[in-house]
Amino acid sequence: MSDTLVETKDLKKYFKVPAGFLHAVDGVDVKIDAGRTLGVVGESGCGKSTLGRTILRLTEPTGGAVFFEGANILEYDKKKMSVERCKMQIIFQDPYSSLNPRMSVQELIAEPLIVNKVYDKKTKVYNEVSKLMDIVGLAERLAGAYPHELDGGRRQRIGVARALALKPKFIVCDEPVSALDVSIQAQILNLLMDLQAEMGLTYMFITHDLSVVKHISNEIAVMYLGKCVERASSQELFTAPAHPYTQALLSAIPVPDIAMRKKKAEVLGGEVASPVNPPPGCRFAVRCPRVRSECIASDAPLKEISPGHFTNCILAKY
Amino acid sequence: MSENLLEIKNLTVAYETDLETIRAVNNISFSLERGSTLGIVGETGAGKTTTALSILRLLPERTAKIKSGSILFKGENLLSCPESRMLKIRGARISMIFQDPMTALNPILTIEDQIGETLRFHNAENRPNAKIAAKVEETLEMVGIPASRKKDYPHQLSGGMKQRVVIAIALACEPELLIADEPTTALDVTIQAQVLAMIEELKTRLDTSMIMITHDLGVVAQTCDDVCVMYAGEVIEIGSAEDIFTAPAHHPYTVGLFGSLPNLKAETARLNPIAGLMPDPTDLPKGCKFSPRCPRRMDVCEEKEPAAFVNGTHSIYCHLF
Repeated sequence: MSDTLVETKDLKKYFKVPAGFLHAVDGVDVKIDAGRTLGVVGESGCGKSTLGRTILRLTEPTGGAVFFEGANILEYDKKKMSVERCKMQIIFQDPYSSLNPRMSVQELIAEPLIVNKVYDKKTKVYNEVSKLMDIVGLAERLAGAYPHELDGGRRQRIGVARALALKPKFIVCDEPVSALDVSIQAQILNLLMDLQAEMGLTYMFITHDLSVVKHISNEIAVMYLGKCVERASSQELFTAPAHPYTQALLSAIPVPDIAMRKKKAEVLGGEVASPVNPPPGCRFAVRCPRVRSECIASDAPLKEISPGHFTNCILAKY
Repeated sequence: MSENLLEIKNLTVAYETDLETIRAVNNISFSLERGSTLGIVGETGAGKTTTALSILRLLPERTAKIKSGSILFKGENLLSCPESRMLKIRGARISMIFQDPMTALNPILTIEDQIGETLRFHNAENRPNAKIAAKVEETLEMVGIPASRKKDYPHQLSGGMKQRVVIAIALACEPELLIADEPTTALDVTIQAQVLAMIEELKTRLDTSMIMITHDLGVVAQTCDDVCVMYAGEVIEIGSAEDIFTAPAHHPYTVGLFGSLPNLKAETARLNPIAGLMPDPTDLPKGCKFSPRCPRRMDVCEEKEPAAFVNGTHSIYCHLF
């Protein structure tokens, strides 16, 4: 069994809005073992990106704890945190807006190295940059190019190179392929998986695309309105989803196979409720086809229904 | 006479500026039967949207030039219609669901006004306002929005509801042809399933034919009767959904497109993406447009454009066959 690299305990992030508090992340426990990938799936507004940012302290959590290599990073001061953050990096969603348009590819990749004063000489920095460009598959001749000259796939490779520059152990991938076409998406997914195999990286892979998450993850956490409603190994989640929301999510994926079209999928009614001042009880209760009076009464904690498979649905059986 | 509602023949569209010529659509032909759904699949820049905009004659006037071809809608060539005639067709007989519901709606008009606008514009029978208001409510209910919300502005609605409003606008006049340009790309999966189920139901009820433009092969498999795969402004494979999804022979690009998709059932260690990038539309390669990226390239591919290999309803534009 490998060691736990990242763990959150009851992590909370509330945003103050005029109407009260928006519960973006509301008591999430996740655990990622070193060298593994945790997929976080959910629809827009479920708090998956906030979870990723809160773990890196890019937004300060409201409560709870984040353990990185066994230590609670929320207790670190600013200086210690900036040192620690070299080990934890993020790849952003949109390669069109996350790169400074006035910096060349070389400058963009060198930036984390310069900011953190990794090397004392410029030549060393640029040696490292060309090594990184090679790793992520960017041709040497593109060093002087600007982001607007490149296509989405190459831009995202810059994002990957920037995240790798400081040799991190843990990378939060926040929808890194959502903005890309399928053939380019596949190239980036292959790159991320190769890098993981070579460097022993640990990923938290945030996405709304279930087929992508199944492909890349060892374990998957399903989020709904700030709560983690189900967590299981990738295999288990797809073969035996326990939570009604996970089941609905899986049946809603359009499958590229015409043999499946006759089977009418069960369409989930309603829409995601507002995360501002949510009522107690299961967040999914209003849309749940199997809702009971107990569901609305009180919050149910995550419980283990089979080894490694957790859900907070009270109907799930051991 | 065939049952073709729409027939596109040898359509070529280019965007011309002083600096360059972008060859967006190159000599494409396809037809759509009454009552069926045609899926147009392809990646960004394949010319899907340009094709759709040509049908509605909504291309930007200054730059876009239709070089050749004809678009026959019930035997009438839309490309030679005067604008006054197009105004009568557009929105009433052919309408379009736009890609991004967040920007397709006017933020300062209520949804009632926006749906009513189409009805008032195409008001051949001179219906009184009360009748139009009733029709607006009926259309809203039809797409699953309670009529009580008709006074809402777009910002008060969620993404899924905005897309329903866009669909309501498109369907208000009960068009014969509906062009859906990536109608669900901006939506979450559970909402996408709702919207697709709704489009399907309304299509059957109103007996509308549809062109579904998407890059999602899953959506195509679930909704389309015929499929046309586009690459660099050309149709490279066309056939019935069965042909595209189950036939043994395919264009190498189609094979690559399927290889890029993570499979939900089988456990694959690696994806098999297509190497390289889409060619620059200002400088398209000679011969087969896919040849620079094709794993099964032959010498002839770089010289001659491939002719169609026809097998029943299935056509493949590739030298391999």
